Amino acid sequence: MSKMNDIYLDYAATTYIDPVVKKSMERYFTKDFGNPGSFNSYGLIAKKTVDDARERIAGILNADANEIVFTGSGTESINLAIKGVARVLREKGKHIITQKTEHHAVLETCRYLEKEEGFEATYLDVDKYGMIDLNELESSIRKDTVLISIMYANNEIGTIQLIKEIANIAKKHGVILHTDACQAAGFLDIDVKNIGVDLMTLNGSKIYAPKGIGLLYVKKGTPIKAIMHGGGQEFGLRPGTENVPSIVGFARALELVQKNKDKESKRLGKLRNMLIRGIMEKIPKTILNGHPTMRLPNNVNVSILNIEGEALLLHLNEEGICISTGSACTSNSLEPSHVILAIGLPYEAAHGSIRFTLGKKTNKKDIERVLEVMPGFVDSLRMISPVHLEVNEILNEAK
Amino acid sequence: MSEELYVLHKDVRVKVDAKKTNDWFYSDTVKEHFFSPRNFLRDKHEIDDFDGYGDVGSAACGDRMSMWIKIDKKNDKIIDCKWQTFGCGSAISSTSMLSVMIIENGGMKIDDALKIKPQDIVKRLEELPARKYHCSVLGDKALRAAINDYFRKTKQYNRIVEEGAKVIDTALKITDKDIEEAVLEGATTFEELQKKTKIGVKDKSCIPEAKQLLKFYMEKYFGKEDGKNG
Repeated sequence: MSKMNDIYLDYAATTYIDPVVKKSMERYFTKDFGNPGSFNSYGLIAKKTVDDARERIAGILNADANEIVFTGSGTESINLAIKGVARVLREKGKHIITQKTEHHAVLETCRYLEKEEGFEATYLDVDKYGMIDLNELESSIRKDTVLISIMYANNEIGTIQLIKEIANIAKKHGVILHTDACQAAGFLDIDVKNIGVDLMTLNGSKIYAPKGIGLLYVKKGTPIKAIMHGGGQEFGLRPGTENVPSIVGFARALELVQKNKDKESKRLGKLRNMLIRGIMEKIPKTILNGHPTMRLPNNVNVSILNIEGEALLLHLNEEGICISTGSACTSNSLEPSHVILAIGLPYEAAHGSIRFTLGKKTNKKDIERVLEVMPGFVDSLRMISPVHLEVNEILNEAK
Repeated sequence: MSEELYVLHKDVRVKVDAKKTNDWFYSDTVKEHFFSPRNFLRDKHEIDDFDGYGDVGSAACGDRMSMWIKIDKKNDKIIDCKWQTFGCGSAISSTSMLSVMIIENGGMKIDDALKIKPQDIVKRLEELPARKYHCSVLGDKALRAAINDYFRKTKQYNRIVEEGAKVIDTALKITDKDIEEAVLEGATTFEELQKKTKIGVKDKSCIPEAKQLLKFYMEKYFGKEDGKNG
């Protein structure tokens, strides 16, 4: 049960809906509820509403309105991008390149194509900060490579990839590039002409818009086909009656976060640094996961040695501080985070990884509170732990 | 022996009505033992006069438990029990509860302690989510290891019960331990077991025995009446 004075630090999982966004949506639930496909006045209003939202979003992305395809989620956009392109180009080639730290939506879609449709995928390694090696990317491109999918910013450790450089490499070799920009949209430049991607996934639930709405930017001329079939909405790429209120909210939310991104990045960056510094100072035997500077301004991910992440999460949760962990205990697979393992940390440290992601309501007091209570909880758990590893033992074991 | 209560968390609600609250991930008993673990080892000096020590699991696997026991040799009883655990909430609570079960009412006969099953711990905790059962299994294994250590030290070799793995599927070298692991990871039917382990894919002759072991471990961990998976 959420309480008034909860300190929510799990914004990368999802955000609340901004009241301004919520208000912008209201009339489309009960008053202007028409189906954009209906040939009557209700339908006309709905169609104009969706067209308007699409144009506003296109403006933000520096794209054309008919390059914006609304979907039901980030995961759906990713599925559409990868399967949709791969299936059109299967005669040309069956090789896809991605990286080990992608979201499961990308990894599992690639694995599906490998298993069921005869594709082959290369999962690029990342360095200890979570960055791919651009030379390795380039040398892994083959004659039959049809798609590269590299996320803009990582959801777990916040590492920001050099997406423009990646786009240049893809362009040079004539390979289509998709980027999952769900975590980036609130803080980074998402001008598609500027960053140079062919396909880009965004969703609502990370930017103070509702859950259950996403979009795929599809650059004009990109070979792609639908993965679901029905009524031909969204330029034939995503059938199903448009989610009018959520589309409106999505557009409004994107306008707000992009307008404020520099200011908010600066504000949260300071709080992020305060939290990182505080944890490293107050809690010995702690490792910062992710890149020291090329990281989202709202992301802190640390491995606290000799304790298990879920146990610390439970203590913080009891204090009203809501975070997440890469420990196996909270995953369905009972495997720790694939991202933490991919940056080379051994399992011992992966089980003790926790993530704080900051957002609009986070303030200095919240960070102070975390730093006030967290060392005590870590001490308590270390007191009952039979494991006594040192940071250098872990780093020696790290690849 | 009075029950030691050490509150790690200042706001812990020790007395809560289990029926009225569902705002936590585990049962209220699990919660209580997590925030106020009993009998854990605070100081290495405490164990100077202990008689048996067991250590199972590893931090790499996500759970590790150490257990120390003190024996009343005349009565063949465990009269004190200390532990340390690296693990999640249910791992910590399971070990804490196990320690209480052993030393309550003046201690437990060794032979009775050896009969404690993971599901007995789970029952006392008022349920664990099915995917957390392996946490209680580890507590049970740590206790056995500590008891075996005591037997070894006191040269009662005939009482040592070592759990060895037995090969069931001779083609793929799949053991009863592999079946046990698969059950703990959620396999409830033979099809699921086969999907996880590939048992019986080549060596079809082992299927009846594999099915029997599946049933055995299902009953051991999840109780007779209950074939469902939470």
